[in-house]
Amino acid sequence: MTSTAQHALSHAVAQREFLTFVLGEEHYALDIMAVKEIRGYEPVTRIANAPAFIKGVLNLRGDIVPIVDLRMKFNVGEASYTEFTIVIMLNVDGRIVGVVVDGVSDVIALAEEEVRPPPEFGVAFDSQYLVGLATIDEQLVILVDIEKLISSEELSLFEQKQNNVQE
Amino acid sequence: MSIEMEQFHNVFFEESQEHLDEMEQFLMELDLEQPDKELLNSIFRAAHSIKGGSGIFGFDALTGLTHVMENLLDRARKDTLQLTTAIVDTLLSTVDILKGILNSYRSGGDIDWAAISQGTEQLEQMLSKGVEPADEKGYGLFEQPVLGKVDDSFGFFEEHTDVAEDEGFGLFDMEESAVSETSEGDKADVVPASTEPQTSQAQDKGTASQPHQPTVERKAPAASVESSTIRVDTQKIDALVNLVGELVITQSMLAMIGDKGGLEAEERRQAALVELQRNTREIQEAVMSMRMLPMSFVFNRFPRLVRDLSGKLGKSVDLQIEGGNTEIDKGLIEKLVDPLTHLVRNSIDHGIEAPEVRAQSKKDSEGRLILRAAHKGGSILISIIDDGAGLNRARILAKAKDNAIWVSENPQDIEVWNLIFAPGFSTASEVTDVSGRGVGMDVVKRNIEALGGRVEIESEQGKGAAFHIRLPLTLAILDGMCVSVGDQVYVVPLVNIIESIQPLADQVRSMGNDKLLWVREEYWPLISLGQQMDVRPQHKEVTQGIVVLIESAKKRFGLWVDALVGQQQVVIKSLEQHYKRVPGVAGATIMGDGSVALIMDVESLATQVKSAPQPVQEAS
Repeated sequence: MTSTAQHALSHAVAQREFLTFVLGEEHYALDIMAVKEIRGYEPVTRIANAPAFIKGVLNLRGDIVPIVDLRMKFNVGEASYTEFTIVIMLNVDGRIVGVVVDGVSDVIALAEEEVRPPPEFGVAFDSQYLVGLATIDEQLVILVDIEKLISSEELSLFEQKQNNVQE
Repeated sequence: MSIEMEQFHNVFFEESQEHLDEMEQFLMELDLEQPDKELLNSIFRAAHSIKGGSGIFGFDALTGLTHVMENLLDRARKDTLQLTTAIVDTLLSTVDILKGILNSYRSGGDIDWAAISQGTEQLEQMLSKGVEPADEKGYGLFEQPVLGKVDDSFGFFEEHTDVAEDEGFGLFDMEESAVSETSEGDKADVVPASTEPQTSQAQDKGTASQPHQPTVERKAPAASVESSTIRVDTQKIDALVNLVGELVITQSMLAMIGDKGGLEAEERRQAALVELQRNTREIQEAVMSMRMLPMSFVFNRFPRLVRDLSGKLGKSVDLQIEGGNTEIDKGLIEKLVDPLTHLVRNSIDHGIEAPEVRAQSKKDSEGRLILRAAHKGGSILISIIDDGAGLNRARILAKAKDNAIWVSENPQDIEVWNLIFAPGFSTASEVTDVSGRGVGMDVVKRNIEALGGRVEIESEQGKGAAFHIRLPLTLAILDGMCVSVGDQVYVVPLVNIIESIQPLADQVRSMGNDKLLWVREEYWPLISLGQQMDVRPQHKEVTQGIVVLIESAKKRFGLWVDALVGQQQVVIKSLEQHYKRVPGVAGATIMGDGSVALIMDVESLATQVKSAPQPVQEAS
């Protein structure tokens, strides 16, 4: 690892840190800079006419924050809510969004050359939201472009840019 | 620029802006025959402060001009110079130039040196002669707004004045005004930059106020950026510090009692809780009051506007400002400026008639315009009242017909007046005048509604018109009724609620799939909140639940909920900040237990309602 680190330093290649989380059977990772905090699941206030994977909104110290259950969105894992259910609070484009995942495992550091191109198929995520693959301790980790996913039209969390104008 | 320096600069900008506003206001108040010494001193001090500050920070453009201004003011206050209207006009236009420079410095734009040298020259002329400057010297350095006819009331007022020369009064970005007059070409050659249209300095256009013309009120684009700092009366802060002190005491009281049992401890605990409640409320009020500014912040700019505009139109208008001390939320104040300006312009332009016409109709030759602000219940009422010609019913109806806008037969006056808010009302020629800022009556209405307010019109032909703007006191806090459906709690704004009832079986009628409720001699269409919000209600029958009778701007309807939870003040939080707009929901709030409750948007719920047949028109 030290050689990698030196390598990264000498080439000024940023060694980025990722937070790994579990969805169903697979391990995913997202850029840790997007993570605001990790907390337990709390009951939310439902929002009418929102898709089922948008659980609702909750109060994060005075901010009204939407909660998305990625397990439901991608049909993996079991969408049950216990005291061990984990919510990752993300900060994307100045907005805060909470995502429910099966579990959070670790923080890993990856240099650019450790990341291989993403597969075209075989994971719950559409490949357009994937950054690449990496292997940590023989465990395959899928890197997710969380910013792109959260602001995607598919999740429809935000008003899409083109119809931002209020009528 | 280092951060600290920038901080100082910002303070300087803020203060200078205040000084300039002050100067303008005081200049307007000056009695030319017997100028108030104290007033002159204040103006002098303001100019001096700007000069000093600009010298320190190296804003030379400001220093030079204020220096000459100061000289002039100094002579005026030492009685060696008799003030004339021309001098005051020049001083006012100097204030305008200074504002322009300040904005250029603030926004990092180019300095309009031509305007400065011209302003300096004018002032020096005043100094040397102490008399009127050569009137017809156009200086030629400035873009003369070349504008068409301003008729942004869309001709609904009886016009007795030809306003074809209306120059837009500098309130608009005048793109087409870039045609510059260079009557004195040599001057223009010295400072050629000034003849170029400088969009960043659009505010400087129109400053070429020749002394014989009324000076021009301008609203610089940069100035319309909401200021991010706020000045608070130290008394208010002291009061808050005091209250926080009390809060700390109450907290320690509660800590001392702790979870002790027994009757005595329980009594003390209750007392402390009552104290805590009082403290919280008072702190809330104190903090909210810091956001409040007196309406005079907006009103103070109107004497100048009215003076300039009426002078230009050859009308004489007496402006009366009432209730300038009425406090209103800072956020509202900044958004009120444009709509109010538009309405005042309209009143002078099209409401108040020319003196001759007024004499014919046996009115005072001086028209009267009242700007009034007052608290009315939980809201603020701002009125713009003139004693002019009033709205012209026939003309509005004709225009509606031209524009193919549907009007019912024999419409009531209110209905006719409201037609002027229709977006399609302006005709092409009018659009060009106002398009610079996009302000028309429909925009006025939209702006006010965006603030949660309403505009009402009263008008009597020949007697005058009144525009009433009703606004909530603050945007941040709402009196709400909490209602529950299933396991969810929703907040309905209290202002919209007429009453809440548990309906009897014979009050409920069905009409197809829709339900109607017969209350108060009226059929009320029913909406199920559970259905709207996709929540399963506790009760299947309306008669087991509660119906909240709601009045929106458009319709009246009944909202069927499971139960009333209680009435309380809620703090409005934006849902859009981290999520998106949800139909039927105005925002969210945080309840006492930390959970989130959605605040219903009554107006958008009303659009879901089909109008009920009304056998009896009058509601009791």
